[in-house]
Amino acid sequence: MSEQLDTTPTTGPVLSAVNVTKQFRVAGGHITAVDDVSVDFHAGKVLAVVGESGSGKSTLARMLLRLMPVTSGQIMYQGKDVTHIKGGELRKYWTDVQAVFQDPFSSFNQFFSVGHTLRRGMGRQHLSEENLDQLIETCLGYVGLKPADAVHKYPHQLSGGQRQRVMIARALMMNPKVLLADEATSMLDASLRVSALNVLQDLRDNLGLTVLFITHDIGQACYLADEVVVMEHGLIVERGTTDAVIFDPKNDYTKRLLADVPDLKGSLKVRKDG
Amino acid sequence: MTNIQSSAVVAETEGPLVPPEPGAATKARPAWRSLNFGPRLWVSAGLILLITLLAFVGPLFYPYAPDQKVGSLYDSPSAEHILGTENFGYDTLAVLMSSTRNSLINGLLAGTLAVFIGVTIGILAGYVGGWLEELLMGFTNIVLAIPSIVILILISISLQSTDIPFLKGIVGLALVIGITSWPWTARAVRAQASSVGTREHIDVAKLSGARTPGILLFDVLPYLASYVVMAWVLQLASAILAESTLSMLGLGPSGTNSLGMQLHWALAFQAVATGAWWAFLPPTIVLTLISFGLLYLQSSLDEVFNPRLRRGKKKNLAAAAARRAENARKLAEQNEREEVTA
Repeated sequence: MSEQLDTTPTTGPVLSAVNVTKQFRVAGGHITAVDDVSVDFHAGKVLAVVGESGSGKSTLARMLLRLMPVTSGQIMYQGKDVTHIKGGELRKYWTDVQAVFQDPFSSFNQFFSVGHTLRRGMGRQHLSEENLDQLIETCLGYVGLKPADAVHKYPHQLSGGQRQRVMIARALMMNPKVLLADEATSMLDASLRVSALNVLQDLRDNLGLTVLFITHDIGQACYLADEVVVMEHGLIVERGTTDAVIFDPKNDYTKRLLADVPDLKGSLKVRKDG
Repeated sequence: MTNIQSSAVVAETEGPLVPPEPGAATKARPAWRSLNFGPRLWVSAGLILLITLLAFVGPLFYPYAPDQKVGSLYDSPSAEHILGTENFGYDTLAVLMSSTRNSLINGLLAGTLAVFIGVTIGILAGYVGGWLEELLMGFTNIVLAIPSIVILILISISLQSTDIPFLKGIVGLALVIGITSWPWTARAVRAQASSVGTREHIDVAKLSGARTPGILLFDVLPYLASYVVMAWVLQLASAILAESTLSMLGLGPSGTNSLGMQLHWALAFQAVATGAWWAFLPPTIVLTLISFGLLYLQSSLDEVFNPRLRRGKKKNLAAAAARRAENARKLAEQNEREEVTA
C-alpha cells in the first residue's frame, strides 16, 4: 500500500491547474465556464473552492480529474503535465487522484454490491484475497463502517450517509494522494454532513491526504479548509487562508456569500486548531 | 431505479406500513418478487408457451411425419387427419408443427442476431461518442435508408444459388433477416446509452480504473437491459413475419417447411380457389398468434419494467386503503377496550 508514497520530493504543489480555461459550445457562440484559472494544491492541506451554482467549480474539478478535456491550460500532477495523458497512464493517475461526487445514489452502479464496488479496480494492485479483505476493513473503518454490515449490501439498502461513506471508502481503497470532494456533503442532512466533514478532516490529519473540497456553502469551507478559493462566473475572485478570506473578505462577492450564511460568526467556528 | 420505484409501488399496494407481528419471518423479498407480473404477461407468455409446445413437443406425440405421404392433393379433414392433407399429400398438422418449429428457430436466430448487432453498435456509438458515433450512426442511417425488403430479396436469391447447404436452409435466411433488421435497435440503444454514459456511476467506474469494455458491459448494459429485452421480443416477431413474407413470395429456403412456405404452396396449388381452407388457414392463424403473443408480451414487459404504466393500480390502491381502514378500526377498537379495562 505504501510503495507509491513519496516517490517525488514534495517541494511544489501536488496538483495544480495552470491557466485552465473551459469553454462549452452552445448555439450562437460559447460559454466560458472556467476562465484562465490557476490553483495549487499543497500536500496535506484542505483547499476549499467556494462559489454559487454555475460558478465553474465542478467543471474545474472534472478537469482536474481528467474526466473532461480542458480547452486550454495545463493540469500538473507532481510536476508532470497530465493534461493529455491516456490509457494506462491515465488509470495510474486515477489511482493517485480520487473523487467523491455529489449524489450518493447515482454514484453507485445499482447492480453491484458494496463489496463489488470496493473491489473494483483492485485487480491492478495484485493483492491477495486476505490483503484485500484487510484493505476493505481498513478503508471502511476510516469512515466508521464495518465490513460485515456493508459489503454484502446493495446501494438501495444503505442510507444516504452510508452511501457517501462507502464512496469515500472506495476512493481510499486506491490509496490516493489527492481526494476531490465535489459537493460531497450537499445531499446529506445536517448531522451526517458534520460526520462526513469530520471524516475528511481525519483523513487529512491521519493520512496526510490532500483534499479539494468543493462547496457552495462557505460555512462548510470555514469548518474544514486550510485555504479557500472563491469563484464567480468561472473566475477566481479571492483566495487565501481560511481566516483571511472568511474573516477579512476583500471581494464584494465573497462578502455577499458570507452574508448569506446564517449565524457564521457565532457557532460555526469550532474547528480544532492544530 | 426500476427496482426502487417498483418496490415503492408494491409497498403502497400491499397495505399499511404496520410492523409485522413479532416472531414472523421478516426476510426481505427477493428482487424479482417486487416485479409486477400482470395478467397480460401471463396470457401472452402462456400463448407463446402453447405455440412452442405445439412446435417442439407436438411432433413427438403425433403419429405422422411431415414428410410422410398419407393421402392425395387436399384431402378434407377427417378423424384420422384432423387438418386434412396439403398439396403433396402430407398431413397438414404434421407439416404445420414442423413449419412452426422452423419459423420459431428462424425468429430466434434472426432476432438475436439483430439485437446483438444493434446493441453492440448502439452502445459503442452512444457511450464512446465523437467520431466513432458519427461513423456508426452514419452507417446505421445508410442501412436504414435502403429498403430492407429489396436487400432481403436480393440476398435470398443469391443464397438459393450457393453451394453451401448451411446457408440454403432456414439458418441462411435467419442470417439475412438478422443483418438487415438491426438499425432501429441500434438507434434506440444509442440514445439510451448516451444518456446512461453521462451518469455519475460511469465516472466512478473510470476512477476505479475500469476499462471501456468493462464499463460498457457492467455499467451501461445492465441499465439498458429492460429495453434490450423488449427490443429482442419485438425483433423475434418481426423476424418471423419477415421470413413468412419472403417464403410466401417464393424466396424462402427450398426443401424446408416454414409457415411462409406453407402459404406459398397453398397459393401455388390454388387452395384458396378450391376452398381448401385447411391448407392456408392454420399457418395464418399460427402466424397471427405468434406475432400477437410476442407483441402482447412486449407491451406487458413494458408494464413490468415501467411502474408508471401499470394497470389495475387504482384497484390495488383502493384495496390497500380498505385494508388500512380495517386495521385502523381494529386498532381503535383495541384502544377502546384497553381504556375500558383501565
